[in-house]
Amino acid sequence: MRLVIQDTYDDVSLWAAKYVKRRIIDFSPGPDNFFTLGLPTGSTPIGMYKKLVEFYKDGSLSFKYVKTFNMDEYVAIPRDHPESYHSFMWNNFFKHIDIDPQNAHILDGNAKDLIGECNAFEEKIKNAGGIRLFIGGIGPDGHIAFNEPGSSLVSRTRVKSLAQETILANARFFDNDLSQVPTQALTVGVGTVMDADEVMILITGAHKAFALHKAIEEGVNHMWTVSAFQQHPRTIFLCDEPATNELRVRTVKYFKGLMELHNKMLEEAV
Amino acid sequence: MAPSSAKGHGYLYQYTNCRILRDGKIIREDLWVRDGRIMNPEVLFFVEKVNADQRIDCDDLIIAPGLIDVQINGGYGYDFSTESQVEEGIKRVSQGVFACGVTSFCPTVITSPPHVYKKILPKIKKRNGSKEGAGILGVHVEGPFIDQEKRGAHPQQLIRDYDNGFQDVLDVYGDLSNVAMITLAPEKQNTPEVIQEFCKRGIVVSVGHSNANLIQGEEAVRSGARFITHLFNAMLPFHHRDPHLVGLLTSDQLPQNRKVYYGLISDGIHTHPAALRIAHRVHPEGIVLVTDAIQATFLPDGTYPFGEQTVVVKGKHSYLKDTNTLAGSLASLDDCVRLFAKETGCGPELALEAASLHPAQMLGIADKKGTLNFDSDADFIMLDNDLNVKSTFISGECVYKAK
Repeated sequence: MRLVIQDTYDDVSLWAAKYVKRRIIDFSPGPDNFFTLGLPTGSTPIGMYKKLVEFYKDGSLSFKYVKTFNMDEYVAIPRDHPESYHSFMWNNFFKHIDIDPQNAHILDGNAKDLIGECNAFEEKIKNAGGIRLFIGGIGPDGHIAFNEPGSSLVSRTRVKSLAQETILANARFFDNDLSQVPTQALTVGVGTVMDADEVMILITGAHKAFALHKAIEEGVNHMWTVSAFQQHPRTIFLCDEPATNELRVRTVKYFKGLMELHNKMLEEAV
Repeated sequence: MAPSSAKGHGYLYQYTNCRILRDGKIIREDLWVRDGRIMNPEVLFFVEKVNADQRIDCDDLIIAPGLIDVQINGGYGYDFSTESQVEEGIKRVSQGVFACGVTSFCPTVITSPPHVYKKILPKIKKRNGSKEGAGILGVHVEGPFIDQEKRGAHPQQLIRDYDNGFQDVLDVYGDLSNVAMITLAPEKQNTPEVIQEFCKRGIVVSVGHSNANLIQGEEAVRSGARFITHLFNAMLPFHHRDPHLVGLLTSDQLPQNRKVYYGLISDGIHTHPAALRIAHRVHPEGIVLVTDAIQATFLPDGTYPFGEQTVVVKGKHSYLKDTNTLAGSLASLDDCVRLFAKETGCGPELALEAASLHPAQMLGIADKKGTLNFDSDADFIMLDNDLNVKSTFISGECVYKAK
């Protein structure tokens, strides 16, 4: 596991975007050789998406030969609802870049057969040759995608009922009308993300500090699902200073000492 | 930059590197067009999963809905109220207005005798715009049911009343199927019945060329009138004990949710900039910029015989020969938009909407015209930051490009 510590949220966003760009370019994707990318939604990755869009606009990065798979989507809200993850991805990323719509995969929360939709998503990932790089964020309770505390650490893509707390918290996005708030979501499983060649988890802000501590300084625990990635051979946790508040000084010092090495990962291969 | 002609059925254009006017804001957004309609790119992406066939770089221009002029009397020396000139006039003017960013208009016929209406009106058919000319939304019949004193340039002897109600109206115009709107003086007897009959036929009633007081104006609006013809012009002026028709802008005696729209000739001549500002401050969402342009419009400077009158055109002014009497407006609608923005400081959004969205709303066609909303007709214009028209598109087809 690597822990990359940057000063601020903006630095995290830039580092993450540069890393994605480096991985895509080094892969030299082409018509018969697509780079596969797993993508998150939420407030944390917005800055990274902005930077990736900038890279596309300045001509240094293309998504023409990239396939994307999103982590999750609510069940039974209109696709174009402002809170849907389709809308998020459209507004923050897809509409600004050159990705082929055929290659952008998001779970359909309005599918008639939700289980079938989840199984088909796993199948699509498999047919694309698996995910090269899965990017995730986490909640303050350490959940990744909608794998809330207690989720199986070998879970696959499936229908999840949302925690009452999550439903209440979401009410503000739905005119404070609880009947409008989605109660279920489709989500990739922890196991689905674990299968990726490489995983990068973004964690920013002091409110995520305890979750980061639980993720990397204690044992693997299904109550902090992101801790599962301790067992993944190639995982980068990427955080800002405030998110390190609950870490041991020794942990922080150790990983900061490795920053030179980490930054080499952004450089062009010789 | 833009293609000269639209490609075949199903061809998808993405206008990019532009700012578009939508929902009252100028936002950085691409405009997607297919088969002459504005498309929702989110649906194209997630449902149809298709890419644009052609991406067009717009050099950071503003894209706004095509302009709509609901009061234009002629141009190039042709007068829509003269039977022998109307066909050629429509042809010439409907192409000439492309350069002004106008994509549809209401040819306006002033007070004429019944036999002339019966010949002219059938010749001005409603039609969609195309390379051949801007769309025709229907005729604006201005008169003959107007007030003698406020007739302006309308011929006095042809002015009429409808003492026998709507039958008089039918007797004068004959077939109304090509008519989109009518200007009448609401103080006339039988006005409520006449307005209701027009409304039943989907024809917009405008009050104007009138001596009406505010109460008569309010009664007309309650009967269904929804427009005021060239506010301030050809009506009694605002008075604090009877604001007359101008008072409709702030009346509290109108049906709820009924918006009154009003025409403004913001050519810098027919309406004083201070009057433009007054109207803008009290009722911005009702403004409809109109040109009221006459047949001398689009002609080079010179002296022209029009019927019994001789008109001198000099720059943006037209006079009756050897007098200081204004012969009418020579304004182009894009000039009016720029002048209105400058004089009122209202910002480009409102100035453009006052010549696109508002007239479309007033005519009840805002689901198809006057906006860049999804599914609307792809009638749009590209403008620079000073609101100069750089190109004009009708149904997605480029019909004008500035040199």
